[in-house]
Amino acid sequence: MFSLVRFGAVFSKINMSTVYLIIPLVCLTASIICGLFGKAIGRRGAHSIAVSGVALAFVLSLVVYADVQDGNLANQTLYIWAISGGIPFQIGFLIDQLSVTMMVIVTFVSLAVHIYTIGYMADDPGYQRFFCYISLFTFSMLMLVMSNNFLQLFFGWEAVGLVSYLLIGFWFERDAAIFANMKAFLVNRIGDLGFLLGIAAILYVFGSSDYAAVFASAPFVKEATVISPFGEWQWITVICLLLFMGAMGKSAQVPLHVWLPDSMEGPTPISALIHAATMVTAGIFMVARMSPLFEFSETALSVVLVIGATTAIFMALIGLVQNDIKRVVAYSTLSQLGYMTVALGASAYEIAIFHLGTHAFFKALLFLGAGSVIIAMHHEQDMRKMGGLRTIMPITYITCAVGALALAGIPPFAGFFSKDAIIEAVHHSEIWGAQYAYIAVLLGVFVTAFYAFRLLFMTFHGRNRSGTDIIKHLHESPNVVILPLVALAIPSVFAGFIFFGPVVVGDYFGDSIFIIRYHDVTQKIAEGFNGKTGLALVLAAIWHGLFTWPFWLAVSGAVGAWYCYCKNTALPAKIASASGPIYRILDNKYGFDDFYQAVFTKSTVAFGKLLSKHIDAGLIDGTLVNGTANTISGFSAILRHIQTGYTYHYAFVMIIGLFGLITVFVWL
Amino acid sequence: MTLQSLQTALALPEIFVAAMASAILILGLFINKDRNDIVCFWLSVFTLIATCVLIISDFATQTAFAFNGLFVDDPMGDLLKVAICLLSATIFIYSRQYNQDRNIFSNEYYVLGLFAVCGMMVMASANHLLTLYLGLELMSLCLYSMIAFFRDDKLAVEAAMKYFVLGALASSILLYGMSLLYGLTGALELAVISSVVSNLGKDNLALALAVVFIVVALAFKIGAVPFHMWIPDVYHGAPTSTTAFISAAPKIAAFALIMRLLVGGLEDLHVQWQQMLIILALLSVAVGNIIAIAQDNLKRMLAYSTISHMGFFLFGILSGSAAGYSASLFYILIYATMSCAAFGLILYLSTKDFESDQLNDLKGLSKRSPWTALLFLILMFSMAGVPPTAGFFAKLSVIQALIDANLAWVAVVAVVLAVIGAYYYLRIIKLIYFDAPQTIPEADAPIAVQSDSKIVLAINVIIIIAILPWIGTLITLCNRVIKQFVY
Repeated sequence: MFSLVRFGAVFSKINMSTVYLIIPLVCLTASIICGLFGKAIGRRGAHSIAVSGVALAFVLSLVVYADVQDGNLANQTLYIWAISGGIPFQIGFLIDQLSVTMMVIVTFVSLAVHIYTIGYMADDPGYQRFFCYISLFTFSMLMLVMSNNFLQLFFGWEAVGLVSYLLIGFWFERDAAIFANMKAFLVNRIGDLGFLLGIAAILYVFGSSDYAAVFASAPFVKEATVISPFGEWQWITVICLLLFMGAMGKSAQVPLHVWLPDSMEGPTPISALIHAATMVTAGIFMVARMSPLFEFSETALSVVLVIGATTAIFMALIGLVQNDIKRVVAYSTLSQLGYMTVALGASAYEIAIFHLGTHAFFKALLFLGAGSVIIAMHHEQDMRKMGGLRTIMPITYITCAVGALALAGIPPFAGFFSKDAIIEAVHHSEIWGAQYAYIAVLLGVFVTAFYAFRLLFMTFHGRNRSGTDIIKHLHESPNVVILPLVALAIPSVFAGFIFFGPVVVGDYFGDSIFIIRYHDVTQKIAEGFNGKTGLALVLAAIWHGLFTWPFWLAVSGAVGAWYCYCKNTALPAKIASASGPIYRILDNKYGFDDFYQAVFTKSTVAFGKLLSKHIDAGLIDGTLVNGTANTISGFSAILRHIQTGYTYHYAFVMIIGLFGLITVFVWL
Repeated sequence: MTLQSLQTALALPEIFVAAMASAILILGLFINKDRNDIVCFWLSVFTLIATCVLIISDFATQTAFAFNGLFVDDPMGDLLKVAICLLSATIFIYSRQYNQDRNIFSNEYYVLGLFAVCGMMVMASANHLLTLYLGLELMSLCLYSMIAFFRDDKLAVEAAMKYFVLGALASSILLYGMSLLYGLTGALELAVISSVVSNLGKDNLALALAVVFIVVALAFKIGAVPFHMWIPDVYHGAPTSTTAFISAAPKIAAFALIMRLLVGGLEDLHVQWQQMLIILALLSVAVGNIIAIAQDNLKRMLAYSTISHMGFFLFGILSGSAAGYSASLFYILIYATMSCAAFGLILYLSTKDFESDQLNDLKGLSKRSPWTALLFLILMFSMAGVPPTAGFFAKLSVIQALIDANLAWVAVVAVVLAVIGAYYYLRIIKLIYFDAPQTIPEADAPIAVQSDSKIVLAINVIIIIAILPWIGTLITLCNRVIKQFVY
């Protein structure tokens, strides 16, 4: 489609690498201006600068997209910051189909969220700070996806983590927000430790931090092994597992998923941008980027598959029992990230990125829709107090319905194509764990449809259950809020069938993703379409979809939700009390939080206190630091008495000194 | 012998300073009493700056001799002379208000200062034991009287007396060493001494004795332990303006003295004096830093700080390489600048009835005068050797020289002692920024100092010590002048 964007030709005169550089830097500049000069430029100034910065980044990303479609890939190092131990620390860009896709997704969603923020945060005292952070986020995310080496990847990885931390705790006077951002930071530390070790292992094994060099030599080191306390392992498996640990933290996979639901304490635009559409998918992107490594380790792929499948089904189940509108969407995000991870495990990297893209649109849409509802309800987030908003907020309703349909995977909405492709891919996969994953993702379809429509029905249908005060003031949200919703609804409808052909059947990603032939499940899906192209292919896919399990599971999930929440509204409570322990387990989120809190947090804090009291205060401060200081000042107090003030003493000391030196140097 | 063959033009700066000093002295008698002092003051400052211009306009590129080998004009000497004049002029400017407040703002004070400068310049250019001694005595005698300028003040008179007696003792030791040297070599000119010494051999006992005497006298002049006893009393007792004067330029002259005598004349005995200097330097750094901790008078604390800095400065010299001498030169220039600024700040804070020389007087300065507090902060960081200030680079270059001379153990001890020294510098920052101000009224009075002093002080601290645009140039310059001197 973007081959139509021919204005890329205008830029051909300008060096493309300048354009690459401008894209992240314009966001950084906007962030710096909003952050340091926020007071001076005021609220209008802040949002004008931030929005125009990210808009420029988006337009330029489209230019680069068009350029890449014309076959102009780039891998260039711009700047070497330092060379240490022979390893250059460089800043460089790898522009190929994968990174440019991410750039467009990131800048587009970011632009939508920037505009939305103008309305959502209108009354917030930290307005400029907020724009500073989200522009910084866009910069960091772009550095992450555009990187051509592991160190810059790590920089971007940590920078987005930092901004996530800052934004979850944006309302820092709320205890819950501070708890949540601390939690997110700490949980991510665990993942990042693995990630850092993975990068260290890559430096050790490959002796390079450059993607191209590492990927090129991956086939030659696949046999290399390392002896560890846990037996002999392939190096490449160790590396992939460690890198995936990072992805598990960032993309919130079980058991490191606990931070994501809590991150909903941040403002809603952030939940949409960072904790749904872009940052949490960094892990997915990273694994897809590392496909030349993961492909050589079937063990790692199986782990990825199983973790993803577990996340996909079990997190979706929790979504069934949540009443906070944002938390439903948050658990949905966890589940959908699980789907993407499953696709990675099945070696269907391009489908994972496909789902990443469609998910970015419809999940950002759902979050922003939820945000629109929340503003209207005066920051009430409990769905039990909503209902009947359909007529009051028609545009929000329609766009949310689009989001829910896409999420549930009803054709022809975007989610259908990408999710169906994932399920098909797992079906074709033959690696260990694929059976389990297949069942998990199938069941997940039903659950997803159920909670998606539950949300829709509870919020927009039925009668309003809030107090009478609020209902009088209810009205549709302002245009700056509606506009992004519409802007996101469009790709949530169309992105699926536009990109299904190129991604699944065609060669959309080119050489940016590497798949070993016998892993290539996408190829097998493509073969099922007998070379159809264009509209015929899309229709064939929909037609095919109508006769498979996922479609009917989705439909029955939606119908079930309608029955429970529109028809027989007393039923859910009955089911809850009848299912007893199962409901409680779901309500407690399987007890992960309690377990971590009791085991890890308590013991770590206790250990820290122990060290602080005995080692730090006792040994280091008491004996070493103060001890040394006391000794020296004691010594000083004695020595100062040498200075008696009598001239003859001074002269005497001089003479003694002279004789001392003579004795040493002349006599001896 | 004609006047031409004396090459007097080479000594033009010294002649100019001496002539101006005499002229100002006489002028002081003829100008109206109430304008007399200020005119003489500005004339003195003008003299120093004009001397700088004179030297820079004819900056030596070669080594040239005058007065039949008594006097030498070389790049090192010129660099040192420029530094001496600039620092002295700076201190004159700092001390104006202080001296006016205390009725010692007279033309005699500045004339004595100019003569001292003249003596230092002669030392910087001496090529002969006699010239060296002459310069040294000219400087010392002027300093004695400048210290005693508070003639009714017990402490000042006592300090001057002590310095005079001990200085006389040190001079006699130096003369004894010199006479031994003369007896052994039959020469007074340093270049000749150098060549004779290399023929005499290293095991000559009498020569060793001469070296010991000379090193002891030099150690006294720079205040290395155990010949440092005069420093705390003199720094404490003298008027702060004089202390500032003593603490800066004479150190540079002392560098010249050491370079001319030990390196120029006795480099073949390097092994011997290296050993002695290691002992003296380590003792100085240790004693200086440790006793400074126990001081509660700022001037006394800075006196001990000087002792430790002199130890550091000796590390470069004792490395015995061109790089080491260059590091020492760099160190002494930076140190003199820092010291000049430190006393400048004390002068800046003192008022008519308030010396502001107790550590407690600095309490809560950050609230009283944030700008002065910032200057103190920078200065103390620099003295402690915290990067990226000038003091850090000075210490770094000296320690680099030590390591290159295979004296890593000395470097390790030096660094440990420098860390101990950091304590008392940081304590000042703590007093300034974290303690509540004193309640005595003098410590609360507004700071009233002329703007010329303020500007010079700001340049001194901010540009010279904190922001270092010139540092590469200075290091190159040091290396170049030392190379010219050594070869």
